[in-house]
Amino acid sequence: MAQDGIGASTKRREDYRFLKGIGKYTDDINQPNQTYCYFLRSPVAHAKIGKVDLSVAKSAPGVVAIFTAADLEAVGGVPCGWLITGKNAQPMKEPKHPILAAGKVRHVGDPVVAVIAESLNAAKNAADLVSIDYQELPAIIDMRTAQTKGGEPVHTEATDNMCFDWEFGDKAATDAAFAKAAHVTKIDLVNQRLVANAMEPRAAVGVYEIGTDEHTLFTTSQNPHVIRLLMGAFVLSIPEHKLRVVAPDVGGGFGSKIFHYAEEAFVTWAAKKVGRPIKWTAERSESFVSDAHGRDHVTHAELAIDANGKMLALRCDTFANMGAYLSTFAPVVPTWLHGTLLAGQYAYPAIYVNVKAMFTNTVPVDAYRGAGRPEATYIIERIVSKAARELKLDQAEFRRMNFIRKDQFPYQTPVALVYDVGDYEASMQAALKLGDYAGFPARKAASAAKGMMRGIGVCSYIEACGIAPSSLVGALGARAGLYEAATVRVNPTGSVSVMTGSHSHGQGHETTFAQVVASKLGIPAENVNIIHGDTDKIPFGMGTYGSRSLAVGGSAIVGALNKIIDKGKKIAAHLLEASEGDIEFKDGAYTVKGTDKKKTFGEIALTAYVPHKYPIDTVEPGLEETSFYDPKNFTYPAGTYICEVEIDPRTGTTVITSFVAADDFGNIINPMIVEGQVHGGLVQGIGQAMLEGAIYNDKGQLVTGSYMDYCMPRADDVPSFKVVTTVTPCTHNPLGVKGCGEAGAIGSTPAVINAICDALDIDNIEMPATPERVWRAAHAKTMKAAE
Amino acid sequence: MYAFDYVRPASLADAVKALGASEENRPLAGGQTLIPTMKQRLAMPATLIDLAGIAELKGVRRDGNAIVIGAMTTHADVAGNADVKAAIPALAALAGGIGDPHVRNSGTIGGSVANNDPAADYPAAVLALNATIITTTREIPADSYFTGMFKTALQPGELIKAIRFPIGAKAAYSKFEQRASRYALVGVFVAHTGAGVRVAVTGSGAGGVFRSAPLEAALAKGFSVDALKGAVVPSTGLLSDIHGSAEYRASVIPVIAERAVAAAR
Amino acid sequence: MPKIAMTVNGKQVSADVPANTLLVEFLRKDLMLTGTHVGCDTSQCGACVVHVNGHAIKSCTTLAVQANGASVMTIEGLAPGADLHTVQAAFKEAHALQCGYCTPGMVMAVVDMLKNNPKPTETQIRHGLSGNICRCTGYHNIVKAVQIASGQAVTA
Ligand SMILES: Cc1cc2nc3c(=O)[nH]c(=O)nc-3n(C[C@H](O)[C@H](O)[C@H](O)COP(=O)(O)OP(=O)(O)OC[C@H]3O[C@@H](n4cnc5c(N)ncnc54)[C@H](O)[C@@H]3O)c2cc1C
Ligand code: FES
Ligand code: FES
Repeated sequence: MAQDGIGASTKRREDYRFLKGIGKYTDDINQPNQTYCYFLRSPVAHAKIGKVDLSVAKSAPGVVAIFTAADLEAVGGVPCGWLITGKNAQPMKEPKHPILAAGKVRHVGDPVVAVIAESLNAAKNAADLVSIDYQELPAIIDMRTAQTKGGEPVHTEATDNMCFDWEFGDKAATDAAFAKAAHVTKIDLVNQRLVANAMEPRAAVGVYEIGTDEHTLFTTSQNPHVIRLLMGAFVLSIPEHKLRVVAPDVGGGFGSKIFHYAEEAFVTWAAKKVGRPIKWTAERSESFVSDAHGRDHVTHAELAIDANGKMLALRCDTFANMGAYLSTFAPVVPTWLHGTLLAGQYAYPAIYVNVKAMFTNTVPVDAYRGAGRPEATYIIERIVSKAARELKLDQAEFRRMNFIRKDQFPYQTPVALVYDVGDYEASMQAALKLGDYAGFPARKAASAAKGMMRGIGVCSYIEACGIAPSSLVGALGARAGLYEAATVRVNPTGSVSVMTGSHSHGQGHETTFAQVVASKLGIPAENVNIIHGDTDKIPFGMGTYGSRSLAVGGSAIVGALNKIIDKGKKIAAHLLEASEGDIEFKDGAYTVKGTDKKKTFGEIALTAYVPHKYPIDTVEPGLEETSFYDPKNFTYPAGTYICEVEIDPRTGTTVITSFVAADDFGNIINPMIVEGQVHGGLVQGIGQAMLEGAIYNDKGQLVTGSYMDYCMPRADDVPSFKVVTTVTPCTHNPLGVKGCGEAGAIGSTPAVINAICDALDIDNIEMPATPERVWRAAHAKTMKAAE
Repeated sequence: MYAFDYVRPASLADAVKALGASEENRPLAGGQTLIPTMKQRLAMPATLIDLAGIAELKGVRRDGNAIVIGAMTTHADVAGNADVKAAIPALAALAGGIGDPHVRNSGTIGGSVANNDPAADYPAAVLALNATIITTTREIPADSYFTGMFKTALQPGELIKAIRFPIGAKAAYSKFEQRASRYALVGVFVAHTGAGVRVAVTGSGAGGVFRSAPLEAALAKGFSVDALKGAVVPSTGLLSDIHGSAEYRASVIPVIAERAVAAAR
Repeated sequence: MPKIAMTVNGKQVSADVPANTLLVEFLRKDLMLTGTHVGCDTSQCGACVVHVNGHAIKSCTTLAVQANGASVMTIEGLAPGADLHTVQAAFKEAHALQCGYCTPGMVMAVVDMLKNNPKPTETQIRHGLSGNICRCTGYHNIVKAVQIASGQAVTA
């Protein structure tokens, strides 16, 4: 193993700048002569915009310009990147999402007026002087009644507020399986709306150079090329060679910074209009009403089981809230990222799912850590635990009885996916051991003796990562390919610069990718530099989400490295006067098979740039290669999580006394970073289970619009974790890796809720399982017992 | 934030004068409530009178059978003060549980008691310990000081100088936090003296901090956890919000009271 | 406009700033010390924590004028030159940061915590971190870093 190569828990190189406070986040970037933008946003959920009076505001001190939708008529709307086709070949309804609200506001936070001024305070003061006449309309908030509520719809293009009605799976086979089932378990679930809350609020700085007619956007994005493509082509009609998008250090994303947002298009456009750079930085309360939210599904599910406890079929009906507009990837989340995951780790033959996606007067909903897969996992892992409870089977045992066996891979699920590899029994066993599952009854008795209620919850999740084969996603409606690109530039003195289309906003790519390069080239990792986030520097790539960076982005790097190594062989063959077929590359050196003739990688690099003695007729000088990698399949991380809780029935306080995670992420490049990804995901999933929830009242006001009310997990809300990995290498990418970014968030939520339900001996509890909800359930139990 | 003027007087007299200059002027203590409010543009003072330069408002002193805490003493200083810890440990513990460490390094007792947030901690101590609010014009007994949510008996232009807490009660404060804000969802301060038992509840009252008659009655029979068994707090007059219904708060208050009684010393 | 003067990271600075300038704005905009971050507008996240006269405070909830005459230390001043302070080094060692956005505030909070309590228990560490939100790490490795920095056995 090369030092700091694949498999080493190398300390992260990006840490130094972050620890010293010298990272460069978007809001840290200032431009000479910069102005500040403030968006005046709708205070109401649904209204016609009447008269907008800017006259007083325009003459307020420090104002540079004020814009409304009227100024943006020539500009496109924020595009959606995925077309879903519903029942009867009906395409989804795709109403325009204007940069600034035009004619109507559709959610609290919809931007209506943009004020540009010399300072943020001046912009805000001027915004106070803008008068807007809102003619309020009844707000459509509850997606379950949105279709029948009547009144003015969110969009005239969708008079019943339905975006699409999608179905997937074999309905007839599913119905047949239910007809012969010995037992049917039913459950109603709400996967509540969440706010991603990356700690860095979104920000954007737009710059226009009149001399070169070039636009630059600095933005908090997970995928600068996607922004350049969408914004340039669909919104602003700026050709790509005149548009540079830079996503510098980004303070967390979790999905919410994938999407193209109106504010970044606006500052790019307006910078040219006003002839000065424009900066916009969201304040947190603004983030709450302008960052795309996550989840927000309501589901009824049924599971058919035969007399031997074998699962036969699953049926799901889901309402998915799209919010007021279609965010970039919103339609794919409740459909292809959800329906196709409903097989979980289980070998049941039939699945049918129906998803009704609704428009409501709420903030748009899109991918949030896991995106569709947590919702699917929540359904499966809750209904499986409920079924085990009804059948009086042990929840771990019932899962094991139904697992896809190790010898069944590759395994074709009834919902299109082909799982390439896995060993679910292994991760289950690892988790049971680590969590001392066998010792639980004694711990429960000890808690009971103190008047406390203890419960244990199991969750065996699967997810699909490494998004995704382009031809497949194209057939499913994606408006882009989902390959990744990398350029490996070997510098004349043998150091290596890697330009990757992946983007790091906390994942540590600069370290992990360098480890891959170091191992492949047999050079020290410190000689490798990873460059990302600037469309002027990197090849066209799709960015980071869906745990794809290593599986797809890493594979592209390996592809480019292989080309480098092969070219080096040609050069080495020439220098060593051997035939190319006899050259071997190992541990950073080219050798001639069976001899001690050798050239180091550094010597070859230098020769490539100083091609004095060189096969110049057949090989170009230089050592730089680009590779685009299009994945052959998804990757399928899977594992088992076990959560144990203790509840004080008198207050409903729930404490997680132990949480263990056993994950199979395939091969692991940097175990330390992988563990960190798991920890973070676990806490987000625990947050959903116990603390977090975006709550709208019926007027469409976001009641949980700040950290005073939206409960972010803090250090004293969560325990330390026990984390292990089991390994079945991915079979179809060169590193054998699967991806680890989302698993924690996917698997932990059901584990916690299963544990709480177990402790309270109940069928279900709504999330977040707040002390009051837990108290009510415990209270109802004791009241019933007393009867 | 809107624009405002700022002064930092060195004496109380100057502060009172500056405050009286306009009804739009406001005193600034630790700023942990006022500055967030101003950032949200919910307050628009003309001049902020920063009390930080006034030495006499700071610090803790023992005054006979009482502890007197200057209005500008931070929560951290109260929590760490040896005299408070020795004389009224419940008060030090309460101060050490306000917000988070950074808030405690800035926020002050005067600011908290002047603000009378219905979920703040200090009001429960002031009320249960039967403290006295010493202002620039008078002394106000706790029972007539808190007049409703964010309302107090303070008059415009009147400043809190200090708060005098009598020593000698067997007391404790127990706090059940609202997990998002970390303010009290239910906070109960119990104090047992020769004169009887006082139980103040914060975080729960629609009118701010209040004394709980049923709990005081129960504990009057015997200051013990057992005495609270079966005590019922009515839900009328309690807050209901997304973090807890009135019914829930009513049910939790006696449980938190039990914890306080168990911890009292 | 009030004129203010203070020591920031050992250097004397002075400026004329409007009274409604927050300390964090003064640090980030006027002094270009962008290591101190802003993560919320309700004083809850702790991304903005700096030390004023030796105590950790939220610079988003402090006016620049309130720090007039004070000694301020930010993340940039915690360790001289290229060095890492013990707490910074422990964060790196334990992988206690991912996106790094909460990190400066977190580190400043931990330095203050250990000053007041050099050997905190895991429970004390978790309570001591309650004024700082991290969305990335799940806190596990931050707890570990505090244990390393305080020379204690790692339980996280
Ligand atoms: C994140 C966070 C968490 C918090 N958690 C809690 C908690 O758990 N429990 C809790 O009790 N509090 C909590 N607080 C509030 C905190 O305790 C504040 O410090 C306190 O409420 C106000 O004190 P201050 O010194 O900051 O006052 P300021 O904010 O400066 O002033 C508050 C009000 O009092 C007035 N005022 C200040 N001093 C005087 C005086 N001497 N005489 C007359 N009027 C005066 C001001 O004009 C203003 O109207 C929290 C605050 C934050 C930011
Ligand atoms: S920025 Fe969030 S507490 Fe200061
Ligand atoms: S490291 Fe990203 S918020 Fe803490």
